[in-house]
Amino acid sequence: MAGLVTAFGSGAMTNSIPDLEQADCILVTGSNTTETHPIIGTRLLRAQRRGTKLIVVDPRRTQMARCADLHLRQRPGTDVVWLNGMARIVIEEGLTDEAFIAERTEGFEELKQAVADYTPERVEGIAGIPPEALIQAARWFGAAERAAIVYAVGITQHTSGVQHVWACANLAMLTGNVGRPGTGVNPLRGQNNVQGACDMGALPVVFPGYQSVGDSQIRETFAQIWKVHADGARRQILPTNPGLTETEMMSAAQRGRIRAMYIVGENPAVSEPDSTHVRRALDSLEFLVVQDIFLSETASLAEVVLPAASWAERDGTFTATDRRVQRIRKAVEPPGEAKPDWQIICELAGRMSARGEWSYADPSEIMAEIAVLTPIYGGVSYERLERLGYLQWPCRDFDDPGTPYLHKGQFARGLGRFHAVRYQEADELPDDEYPLLLTTGRIMFQYHTGTLSRRSPKLEQEAESCFVEVNPVDAQAKGLEADERVRICSRRGAIEARLQITDRVEPGVVFIPFHFAEAAANVLTNPTLDPTAKIPEYKVCAVGIEPLRG
Amino acid sequence: MNYHNVRTACIYCGVGCGMHLEVLDGRVVGVLPAKTHPVSEGRLCIKGWSADAFIHHPERLTRPLIRRDGVLESASWDEALERVAEGLGEVRSRHGPDAVGVLSSAKCTNEENYLLQKFTRAVLGTNNIDHCARL
Repeated sequence: MAGLVTAFGSGAMTNSIPDLEQADCILVTGSNTTETHPIIGTRLLRAQRRGTKLIVVDPRRTQMARCADLHLRQRPGTDVVWLNGMARIVIEEGLTDEAFIAERTEGFEELKQAVADYTPERVEGIAGIPPEALIQAARWFGAAERAAIVYAVGITQHTSGVQHVWACANLAMLTGNVGRPGTGVNPLRGQNNVQGACDMGALPVVFPGYQSVGDSQIRETFAQIWKVHADGARRQILPTNPGLTETEMMSAAQRGRIRAMYIVGENPAVSEPDSTHVRRALDSLEFLVVQDIFLSETASLAEVVLPAASWAERDGTFTATDRRVQRIRKAVEPPGEAKPDWQIICELAGRMSARGEWSYADPSEIMAEIAVLTPIYGGVSYERLERLGYLQWPCRDFDDPGTPYLHKGQFARGLGRFHAVRYQEADELPDDEYPLLLTTGRIMFQYHTGTLSRRSPKLEQEAESCFVEVNPVDAQAKGLEADERVRICSRRGAIEARLQITDRVEPGVVFIPFHFAEAAANVLTNPTLDPTAKIPEYKVCAVGIEPLRG
Repeated sequence: MNYHNVRTACIYCGVGCGMHLEVLDGRVVGVLPAKTHPVSEGRLCIKGWSADAFIHHPERLTRPLIRRDGVLESASWDEALERVAEGLGEVRSRHGPDAVGVLSSAKCTNEENYLLQKFTRAVLGTNNIDHCARL
């Protein structure tokens, strides 16, 4: 998100899921779309059947990669290299959209210089992509009337994740592929309401609608509507200094700087990198309260656990990855004494402070307050959602039909900005001691830390235990046999899993899904963060493998 | 016998497929895809088709729990909320608001995420709020 904000002025998916099918060329990278966003995967394949060129750039031979017209297999962590290489070819071969670059962007000359030495031969040397394939991809993408880039966390979960996103934005702007249907830079959000949680300011540096906590005018507006001026005085009491991210909070807890946590519907004991340390951090807190629908691994460490209603037991809205605000509706009563999260938060706030307004009859009243304080949600109301089915932000007032694609005619920040990005190695690369490169991800049948999906018999039947994908070459070199139990270790810990010998991964690379708490891939992963976006490097770390047989 | 369908959106990934929950006598008994949804157009993936599986799961939390002598035990809402207000309030007054951290969730609604950041900023007095966007 941080990357697209500085390039375009907005961090969200530029286009809509349905309009991606209008593209003549789609470049998918860092997204195992048919497994992790299956319905988008279906749409992309449908577009391909109608003639859209589908290029997949992924270290793994995923289902999507097998279906693609062209599969480029980069070494994990080298995305800047091949993206710069494609940009260089587009410029060399005159496939740029000169009018677009002149009228709508800045920084082109710096970019041109920065990509000049990313020759196809150099790209092959670092990323392992053959020159012919790279040139073909650049020609298809550059020549298309409408070309779209689709990516997911395979691009962002690196120490240089922001550079990867900038390099994607560069390619889109070079070819004039922003601000029209079937184009754009389209990050796919992994969870149902990640987009909404960001939009609503569940982030350490912004209020709802990406309004900076450092801006005194904005703080004043929020303080007024929230009625939090101390005792009616004019003294501003909302905090001004930026807060900590999730991964930063975990290390602050280990250092004793965070002493209490309130965790709602999250399971950092499994989802955070280097999870052994995270458990220790959570254990060392003076006070931990967890609000969830199940006793998750994190909840079982808490002082107090509050039972929440599930999504079938409450009203509200989710915002899908293409900025689409939609209703969810209460179908049944919560079990026992469980309550919707919004009610629990209001009751707790009422107990802790006499300040502010915490009485809402139902979530539609909360949305009314959101609309007042959040310009991009200014035209969202339950009445309109009922009538129209959905609204895509920005939707600024009650006459605004919403926005299917962003940056039409002009970027949110005015001019689109090229960023000259240079390749930087991943933080931890294989060596003699840990000779293999581990990359992590999701599979079709499970979801995130498994709190929900592992309670479905149907999904468990399809995928009930953790596995590690290893190339036949590496398996043979180590004398490993198919389906045997192996131990995978990194500098941070070790787990056991079943061996899958497959050419889905290249020699030297192994893959582990992170859904399984009993063999949590995040025991192994590297918590080093991208310095701007503060995203951990889940997609690259060094590991070793050995058989478990005595 | 009372059977009806409730239109909602899927809980799993960020695509936001449209679905109906089939409700029979106060229990969700199944999921049906929503034909008219602009993105999913009547399709669901295997996770969507299984999205109801955890709703009535026997392991659902049904009462607040408080740790007593190292063990989590059932408690009333009143006791539990009082303990939370004390626990968070004590750390805040002894170590300052920035000693408290809050994690919100992509599983929560917009309204709940909004309230949780409002609670963090206006009641606790810190910007230490985040969720799993990066994970």
